[in-house]
Amino acid sequence: MSATAPVAGRKWKRPPLFFQSKALRYFIYGAALVYLVLALGTLNINWVRVAEGTERAGRFISGFIQPDFTTRGRDIWNGLIESLTMTFTATVVGVLISVPIGIGAARNIAPPFVYMVCRSIIAISRAFQEIVIAILFVAMFGFGPFAGFLTLSFATIGFLSKLLAEDIEDIDESQSEAIRATGASWFQLINYAIQPQVMPRLIGLSVYRLDINFRESAVIGIVGAGGIGATLNTSMSRYDYDTAGAILLIIILLVMAAEYSSSHIRKWVQ
Amino acid sequence: MLRIEALEKRYKTGDHALKGVSFAIEPGQVVGLIGPSGAGKSSLIRCINRLVEPTGGKILLGEIDIASMNRGELRQVRRRIGMIFQEYALVERLTVMENVLSGRLGYVPFWRSFTRRFPQADVDKAFALLDRVGLSDHVDKRADALSGGQRQRVGIARALEQDPELLLIDEPTASLDPKTSRQIMRLICEICAERNLPAIINIHDVNLAQMFVDRIIGLRAGEVVFDGKPDALTNDVLTRIYGDEDWNAMRKTADEDAADAANVAAFEAAREQRMAEVPA
Repeated sequence: MSATAPVAGRKWKRPPLFFQSKALRYFIYGAALVYLVLALGTLNINWVRVAEGTERAGRFISGFIQPDFTTRGRDIWNGLIESLTMTFTATVVGVLISVPIGIGAARNIAPPFVYMVCRSIIAISRAFQEIVIAILFVAMFGFGPFAGFLTLSFATIGFLSKLLAEDIEDIDESQSEAIRATGASWFQLINYAIQPQVMPRLIGLSVYRLDINFRESAVIGIVGAGGIGATLNTSMSRYDYDTAGAILLIIILLVMAAEYSSSHIRKWVQ
Repeated sequence: MLRIEALEKRYKTGDHALKGVSFAIEPGQVVGLIGPSGAGKSSLIRCINRLVEPTGGKILLGEIDIASMNRGELRQVRRRIGMIFQEYALVERLTVMENVLSGRLGYVPFWRSFTRRFPQADVDKAFALLDRVGLSDHVDKRADALSGGQRQRVGIARALEQDPELLLIDEPTASLDPKTSRQIMRLICEICAERNLPAIINIHDVNLAQMFVDRIIGLRAGEVVFDGKPDALTNDVLTRIYGDEDWNAMRKTADEDAADAANVAAFEAAREQRMAEVPA
């Protein structure tokens, strides 16, 4: 007669994830729905402008279908080289600076004071979106790829140091315990116990960041930090949609190539 | 050789892991440390090279007290104590040779270890040790490409590469099958005998301990409750260490294995008969 007795036809339902009370659940989901409808109502869509935009989009798409690589070929080429240079140098410099900061920001190997300093640097670097930093650096150092280089290096530090530090905090402690037990120094501990464990991920993240930096270089160019983004911006403001289409196609191809090769590199270093 | 006096360890969480443990070990003596989980075996062994910081007492290696050393002195003394771990604790992505040579880290400057240019004498010793543990063919393999028994052999070679005066061994066989466990225990005990090397082995397999070690220390709730020869380990003593249990039943496992084998044989025979009955 106990509850565990096997009875045929005994009902089972998955318990709800949130809000055990049925009434509360319906009330909250209902309220969210009502808010969504009201919020959509305030959007105030101007259909005339939508129609104009659609027309412009048509012209844009036709430019895309017939991209013009040649008329402004030299500008595109220069912008591309500038972007690639900026991407590559910024990634290398960013990675070189990130490694010591990442090590310092790992709680299990850094003393508390160093940990605090490195975590603060990471927090500052991550606080701002690339465009905000780019605007700042363009204002400080003028238009051109140098501002872009600084922006991307700065953004790389926040990204890579944080992920590296987290990876170091996740290592298998028994391996570093074994190395410490041999009487190894701190640097030897890093070299023998930490580095082998985090290296594949560090390489994978660096390649991934290279990929991100290339995409970002196109964006920050629009606010004046040089590269292919600047070329794109110029062609757009000239209503030169054929050239813009060509540039977008090149960006898409390069990002796809980077994506493809980075996944290969990451598999290979495992 | 090694003398431990009133060793205390209280963790920040409040666990009182070691309550005044004292004993001394002679050169060449292999000591098995047994006791239930949570008795403080692992804390005790890690206090000796201060991977865990003791909160009281003395650890005298020769004349010096390890418990009161500063960082630099501690590195010096860790070189003299080899350690072998439960899950081998090899650096998985380094080669077998790099793992063995890491036993010399306390002796070589950073730059030499970074460029992997160890003194020729260290390399010679590493080759000799790998030969001794039967891994000469695997020198350049990555540690994660080896089987459990092979990894533990690398672990042993790494500890011996230090030229230790004392071995600390934490559950060397816990992740190995019964046969490999025996081989590893035999290898450890042979090497200790060859080098007149004292060792402390944490081990939870009482039968295995009795088979190989010279002396057994039983730990219960942070206190030594038995210290003597393996053959003095009677059922009463085991009860004192582990609490009530039918020890004779445990020791009868060999008979049970035989019974199991008989059952398996009977099952196989029945199955073959069934298979034969199925019309083709």
